[in-house]
Amino acid sequence: MNLADIFQHPLGRLSLESLPFWQMLHDPTKANVINGVIGTGAALMVVIGAIVTIALVTKYRKWGVLWCEWLTSPDHKKIGIMYVVLAFVMLARALIEAALMRAQQAFGLDGGFLSPDHFAQLFSTHGTIMIFFVVVPFLTGVINYVMPLQIGARDVSFPILNSISLGLTAAGAALVMISLCIGKFSTGGWFGYPPYTEANFSPGVGPDYWIWSLTLASLASTLSGLNFAVTIYKQRAPGMKMMYLSLFTWTALCAAIMMIFAMPPLTVATAQLALDRYLGFHYFTNELGGNMMNFANLFWLFGHPEVYILVLPSFGVYSEVISTFSTKALFGYRSMVWATMAIATLSFTVWLHHFFTMGQNANINAVFGIASMLIGIPTGVKIYDWMWTLFRGRVRFTVPMIYSIGFIFLFVLGGISGILLANPTIDYQVHNTVFLVAHFHNVAIPGALFGLLAGYHFWFPKAFGFRLNEHWGKVSALCWIFGFMLAFFPLYALGLMGLPRRSVAYTEPSYVPLEIAAFLGAILLTAALATLVVQLWISIKHRDENRVFAGDPWDGRSLEWSVSAPPPEYNFAVIPVVTGRDAFTLAKEAGKAYPLLDTYADIEMPKNSAMGPVLGTIAFALAFGLVWHVWWMVILFFVCVVVAMIVHGFARDTTRIVPAQQVKQEHRRWLDAVAAAKAVSREDERKSANQGLAEQALPEVPA
Amino acid sequence: MSHEAIKHPGLNLGSAHGRDHDAAEAMLFGFWIFLMSDAILFSMVFATYVTSVNATAGGPGPHELYDIKNVLIETLLLLASSFTFGMASLALKYKHGTARLIGWLAVTLVLGVAFLGFELNDFTSMFAKGGVPSRSGFLSAFFDLVPLHGLHVMGGGVWLICLIGQIAMYGVDTQVKLGVMRLALFWHFLDIVWIAIFSGVYLAGLA
Repeated sequence: MNLADIFQHPLGRLSLESLPFWQMLHDPTKANVINGVIGTGAALMVVIGAIVTIALVTKYRKWGVLWCEWLTSPDHKKIGIMYVVLAFVMLARALIEAALMRAQQAFGLDGGFLSPDHFAQLFSTHGTIMIFFVVVPFLTGVINYVMPLQIGARDVSFPILNSISLGLTAAGAALVMISLCIGKFSTGGWFGYPPYTEANFSPGVGPDYWIWSLTLASLASTLSGLNFAVTIYKQRAPGMKMMYLSLFTWTALCAAIMMIFAMPPLTVATAQLALDRYLGFHYFTNELGGNMMNFANLFWLFGHPEVYILVLPSFGVYSEVISTFSTKALFGYRSMVWATMAIATLSFTVWLHHFFTMGQNANINAVFGIASMLIGIPTGVKIYDWMWTLFRGRVRFTVPMIYSIGFIFLFVLGGISGILLANPTIDYQVHNTVFLVAHFHNVAIPGALFGLLAGYHFWFPKAFGFRLNEHWGKVSALCWIFGFMLAFFPLYALGLMGLPRRSVAYTEPSYVPLEIAAFLGAILLTAALATLVVQLWISIKHRDENRVFAGDPWDGRSLEWSVSAPPPEYNFAVIPVVTGRDAFTLAKEAGKAYPLLDTYADIEMPKNSAMGPVLGTIAFALAFGLVWHVWWMVILFFVCVVVAMIVHGFARDTTRIVPAQQVKQEHRRWLDAVAAAKAVSREDERKSANQGLAEQALPEVPA
Repeated sequence: MSHEAIKHPGLNLGSAHGRDHDAAEAMLFGFWIFLMSDAILFSMVFATYVTSVNATAGGPGPHELYDIKNVLIETLLLLASSFTFGMASLALKYKHGTARLIGWLAVTLVLGVAFLGFELNDFTSMFAKGGVPSRSGFLSAFFDLVPLHGLHVMGGGVWLICLIGQIAMYGVDTQVKLGVMRLALFWHFLDIVWIAIFSGVYLAGLA
């Protein structure tokens, strides 16, 4: 990358050949045309989606609103919502890719319609997106929205840092999206093992796209984890001891700690791979002393804790949902907390089970196999706790409950297949088959995704002030549950029959019926996402019949339900004083849920900051330059990063005051609405009579 | 001192600083957590080095490349800079005046830059002996670990200059105080990492 080089190749590796339809036009064989049409169609979806979004924002003159009230907002609630929106957009892409892969395999006897290279890109982007740009943003968004409200805080500890995390995550996601339009993504799978992803085997831009999108995502997660942990340790309302925290906040804390510890190994692994590819280092190459086992260890040292980062917040959601909709305090709160901590700790001791077959001796495998099985114990404790919470509760089968019940059954199955795989002798038989694919989808979908969807339904009324449509919610939940079963149970059988994972095609006719069943399951899952969109559309249309401004539609138990829906930007007119677990239930039982205040004080809130969107944009441009070897872009935007950070350091006057008078007005308006609302019983909570005020009639059944 | 509430680990500003003392609580705690994450980063790179130390692939090894005399000078420079930063922290805490604070920070900066100069000189002479990172797994790992520390020192230096600039513009306000306290932790942390590098890379490599 000397100066002459920069001038001779100002666009780096970029050329017309990077466009998805180039190959099809120049070499129009049947296979090239099919793959070219699919690739171009996908690219068009991205381009058209972007153009339509820009056009709509322009047409309705919303650029100012978008910039001032959303993108630059330091409000944890808005940042949380933006994270979830990002997650849904990326979910749509990754789910379509999954359906395409299942279609390929359904017709994959002796061929199919996709080229091996195209298929490899699909499974690489599918995995990368689902983990780093669907589940992680989704859970980060839900934690962002809910956790500060649950602990009685006005915001997270570092609001601008929070906005920067969002910017970096979005930049990573944008990088994966643009790889559809320009160039190709990695074919090395979501964990991108070298030496295959080294420059001599994968000289194209694919692994570079993968490296930089992951690097951005992992930096963002590290910063989010730091922010959440400090918030939970330092911003709790007075009186809120650790053992009074909601279980969701506990799981958020564990996930945050794990992000702090588990993300650096990923950063190191991707950085070292980048040095290998860009500057000819030898960390993971075959020759000159490289050692790819270092990559395997680094990656899974991140990768296994990551699994629990994905699933623990969902465990927290299930705990809240099951307790609320069983009208009971959570059974075994302390055991739940200890189980969560135990899982978080154990998750750092099992990474080697991802490569039992890669050359360690049997004793090492045995140690890690036993450690892996141990995780089943605290997880089992949790399952029993949830069941005992349901036991003798007044259970309401709302949409979040359907997800939770589905989760309990399906996750136990996934856990059992995990215990099987934790045994190295069995792992040797089924590793690298679709049995493994079935297993990790069986824990990831019911474990992580269902929980986040349950949380979406549970907290949506809090965030937007109206309930989601129940009917379509149920249809969608059942599509997710049965679609999952139809798509992945056949893979267990196929795996035992010997079908290797990531096969683009096969020659064994007996696979076909099961492959077709799995394809139908994928269609059902696509329908599940479509019905979610329908539900959202209908709910927005009928929002005025389903308003819950009073703020407590489900007879909630923790502090987020004690404020209006949506909450004011400062969350609490006055920071509550906490005297026990389930603080809002305690207040309601004591008849002190909606206290009148005599005096109001000014509230200091952070000012908006452009740092998040600015750093996100710069990071995207920097990464794009790195992917395509456009060195002037790399230098320019690296300087921009440094300058932006220095300028931010010189910023003063970063807070503003919400005057007491405004706080008083807003609080009084809400209290008037509460006074005017008619309290509903639990039987009526899903009717439009529910204005967000819960009837306090029956005493609680003891746990 | 003992009867004053400690808001966070390490040197506290103390109640004489009023609201700044309280503001330090979450900020400094958060910075400790960041350092923890950074420590993991370094430990992973250390692990890479330890597993690659014999992977010289026929190229030059520690005995041909390391120059203990230079490294000792670097170590002394960095340790001295940690001491001078400690003096800057004390000047901040006990309000010895802006001039003294800037003075100690400037001395720290000079020592840090001198450290970087010696280190760069080290790398150049390694390069001259054929010790380039693309030569072997061992050299790749070396040039991951030691320059990573150097880049941290450089980042700390840039931060230091910015802080001096902020003092010039705003005086010693809340954000400057919090900045100096965080950079102090960062600087001492880098010292500890260097001790590990000095013993784990240079001394062990030449033993």
